[in-house]
Amino acid sequence: MKKLITSVALLAVVLSPVITVQASPAEDREAFRDYFKKNTPSTDLDDYINGIYTYNKDARAQWEEIEEFPPYEIAIDNGEELWGKTFKNGKNFASCFSEDLSKIRGKYPYHDEAKDTIVTLEGEINKCLTDNGEKPFKWKKGKIAAVSAYLAFQARGGKIVTEPKTDKAVAWYEKGKAFFYAKRGQLNLSCADCHVYSASKWIRGDNLGPALGHPSHFPVYRSKWNSMGTLHRRYAGCNKNIRAKPFKAQSDEYKALEYFQAVMSKGMELNGPGARK
Amino acid sequence: MAKSSIKLRTKKKGDKVQVKALIKHPMETGLRKNKKTGKPIPAHYITDLTVEANGKAVLTANWSGSISKNPFLSFNYAGKSGDKVKLSWKDNTGKSDMLETAVK
Repeated sequence: MKKLITSVALLAVVLSPVITVQASPAEDREAFRDYFKKNTPSTDLDDYINGIYTYNKDARAQWEEIEEFPPYEIAIDNGEELWGKTFKNGKNFASCFSEDLSKIRGKYPYHDEAKDTIVTLEGEINKCLTDNGEKPFKWKKGKIAAVSAYLAFQARGGKIVTEPKTDKAVAWYEKGKAFFYAKRGQLNLSCADCHVYSASKWIRGDNLGPALGHPSHFPVYRSKWNSMGTLHRRYAGCNKNIRAKPFKAQSDEYKALEYFQAVMSKGMELNGPGARK
Repeated sequence: MAKSSIKLRTKKKGDKVQVKALIKHPMETGLRKNKKTGKPIPAHYITDLTVEANGKAVLTANWSGSISKNPFLSFNYAGKSGDKVKLSWKDNTGKSDMLETAVK
């Protein structure tokens, strides 16, 4: 009798069809938000755009003091100046982007179906320069972060709308998702290990920030940097921290990751540029 | 007109006035080297900073290269609405700037 049960059980295992149903981005997002809801029920999900300040009251008080006179104001001014500057061929940034300043930041990142790539704001800023025969900015900080900060400031109050609609776009999304959950570096950590499963926990003197809402406030002024930086600068820093070799800014890996993070944070408020520790 | 290097904000708090300022300045110590050429970067920092309220100095500071780039300053003084607060700085290369604002 026992033998029979075993063989039936074995048969059941063998016969059970191998199902690989992939969750849609919308389902993923639901699960992602649910996780944070259960993890810290006292926190309003919309407050996650404020990063670690949603967890740490003392740090929040300091940050709110900083926000009264934010250090990124200088960058916004610089960005405005660069925005209005005329190129050698008589054009300027405004001729590359749409007229309505407040709408620009919110469009990115998106998937370009024709070229099958992810288009980021920083990528478009530099594309605008090279298309008009100008020298492109360096990717991670300085002028590119200033222009990005200026546009982010204009777009404040808007919502993240990134959503993959086609199969190709979903493929990019899946690539970013794989990056997010893949272990890497000598410390063998994935993005999710820190910023999902351990979000809010202490890491020496700081709290780990929640992945939900990550892309809302970039570029940021980081006190540690004493300057502005783009999202990809932060990615590279994060990868270094776990002793992995960082990818280049605007590489396919980071673009996919930015895309995935934007999809996860869809519907959240854009509150860039931000100030962080 | 070039933009002022100073951002100045004042706020009345009871019988005190809170002054906050952000100054755009490289604050080079003179101890750093240009990584490419190996030549030292010349010192360039603010040496004297004065904040006056209605022409009377309420804060003077002697700064040097140890102050951070784009320095931020915040302090309170016993004052009232309508005070004219003027901040001025001078650096080691002789450059200077000033900005005046009225307390609301």
